[in-house]
Amino acid sequence: MKALGHVFKYGDNVDTDVIIPARYLNSFDAKELASHAMVDIDPEFAGKVQPGDMIVANKNFGCGSSREHAPLCLKTAGVSCVIAETFARIFYRNAINIGLPIIECPEAAKGIEAGDEVEIDFDSGRIYNRTRGTQFQGQAFPEFMQELIAAGGLVNYTNSKKEV
Amino acid sequence: MGMTMTQKILAAHAGLDSVEAGQLIMAKLDVVMANDITGPMALPIFKQMADNVFDKDKVVLVPDHFTPNKDIKSAENSKAIREFAKEQGLSWYFEQGKSGVEHAILPEAGVVTAGECIIGADSHTCTYGALGAFSTGVGTTDISTGMATGELWFKVPDAVKFVLTGKPQEYVSGKDIIIHIIGKIGVDGALYKSMEFTGDGIEHLSMDDRFTIANMAIEAGAKNGIFPVDAKTKEYLKEHCKKEFTVYEADADAVYEQVVEIDLSKVRPTVAFPHLPGNAKTIDEIEAMEPIKIDQVVIGSCTNGRMSDLRKAAAVLKGRRVHEDVRVMVVPATQKIYKQCIAEGLLDIFIDAGCAVNTPSCGPCMGGHMGVMAAGEKCVSTTNRNFVGRMGHVESLIYLASPETAAASAIAGYIANPEKVGGNRS
Repeated sequence: MKALGHVFKYGDNVDTDVIIPARYLNSFDAKELASHAMVDIDPEFAGKVQPGDMIVANKNFGCGSSREHAPLCLKTAGVSCVIAETFARIFYRNAINIGLPIIECPEAAKGIEAGDEVEIDFDSGRIYNRTRGTQFQGQAFPEFMQELIAAGGLVNYTNSKKEV
Repeated sequence: MGMTMTQKILAAHAGLDSVEAGQLIMAKLDVVMANDITGPMALPIFKQMADNVFDKDKVVLVPDHFTPNKDIKSAENSKAIREFAKEQGLSWYFEQGKSGVEHAILPEAGVVTAGECIIGADSHTCTYGALGAFSTGVGTTDISTGMATGELWFKVPDAVKFVLTGKPQEYVSGKDIIIHIIGKIGVDGALYKSMEFTGDGIEHLSMDDRFTIANMAIEAGAKNGIFPVDAKTKEYLKEHCKKEFTVYEADADAVYEQVVEIDLSKVRPTVAFPHLPGNAKTIDEIEAMEPIKIDQVVIGSCTNGRMSDLRKAAAVLKGRRVHEDVRVMVVPATQKIYKQCIAEGLLDIFIDAGCAVNTPSCGPCMGGHMGVMAAGEKCVSTTNRNFVGRMGHVESLIYLASPETAAASAIAGYIANPEKVGGNRS
């Protein structure tokens, strides 16, 4: 499994209130949520993001509320992966559960800038910055995690296992 | 190797003699809770997994965020969980008018108790750690799984031990202490870990103080915050909860990733400046600055909407008037607290001072409704988050403070020292 896209770069402590503000949480329609993704930190994000694009941030990405709407809106907006120095724990769990790949890699978080074109190989955990010609090693995604992401999240993955 | 208090509770719920940090376990759940934001989203996922909840006494639904419903969509969401609660015959469904904010009503109604393993689809579920329970916030997929199976996997956390000593100063309460702590360790200072509170200073903390402190463990990135069970806890549980409970204590040789000592007698009234709960400034530092004029004050929430919080705010506001440029919302966290405010004459004090008193709801805390802010406005709030746009416009600013500091600021019109009641600087 691979991803290729351009990078949106943010700093420390990107919280779930800026990823998807509470005023939009009267809906859990993924497309509607995606249209407001990152609006309070980057109002242009939802209009600019292309399928495959990535978010790179520093420490404690996704801190704050437990809203699963946060990783869901990013995934639906087209984000193929979030790379950060560290993730807040509820966001980490939620992202995997809904099938949004996330990688903790402090070196990549430091070595990738906004607009860079980045390629990720989830089998090996290799993160290649095409723009700068630099490479970083993140954690490889085990097979079940890749299957889970391919299935669209934990629920579909669990159901697909049941049917086998 | 010894276990922390959290590790002991997790081991017991996983049916294991011992666990260690980093171990993955499957634990049985005593309470599984969702609200009107996370609950409706969970229902379609739940229905893919099961027809019925694993235990109708253990799955709890609390519509509190956008209630009384702010618009048609939120009304539809509340309706969905109301109908689900009826259809499933849930013992604990907390309708508006008979309940309150989730993390205030669950302890008050005796739904949660010491020694339990609790998940809630709300990040401030860590509040129940005040009772000596393992309690943590999760997302929608996890809560759906918990509702269906009564189990969830966890990674056993490492812990940071906080040794609290000394007696807090007169105008210092749980809020000042937790903001002080987050200021010290940072908003990711306990990331993925337990915050275990110990020390003889705890005896000076009321249960309400402990709820406030445990409530904001998530603001330091923690998986949970937890207090030992002492005489005050037992007294609280006796009054509120009919369930049997188990007391767990950390082993003497438990391993902590870090030990932080806090002398409570030295903690000053403390305010968290925008836009992070860790941007702590003492009232002395604030008094040395140009006055920070404010537009709004909110006194309430799952952090500080309990009886002792409102009593403290009322003591400051009694016989005084809110500054002419300030709007104040007092939000009792439950109906019982609201009624007690009436019985004790606090509502008269609030209303005579010029405060609006809202019905119990999360409302203004996350910019939901009943207190949303405009561009450029500043709010002193007893809530738990001061993120960008949290309470309204992205250019509004939130200062997190104790009920007493919030009340003093309401009168002064700027962030004021509650020790100088009324905020006079002379």
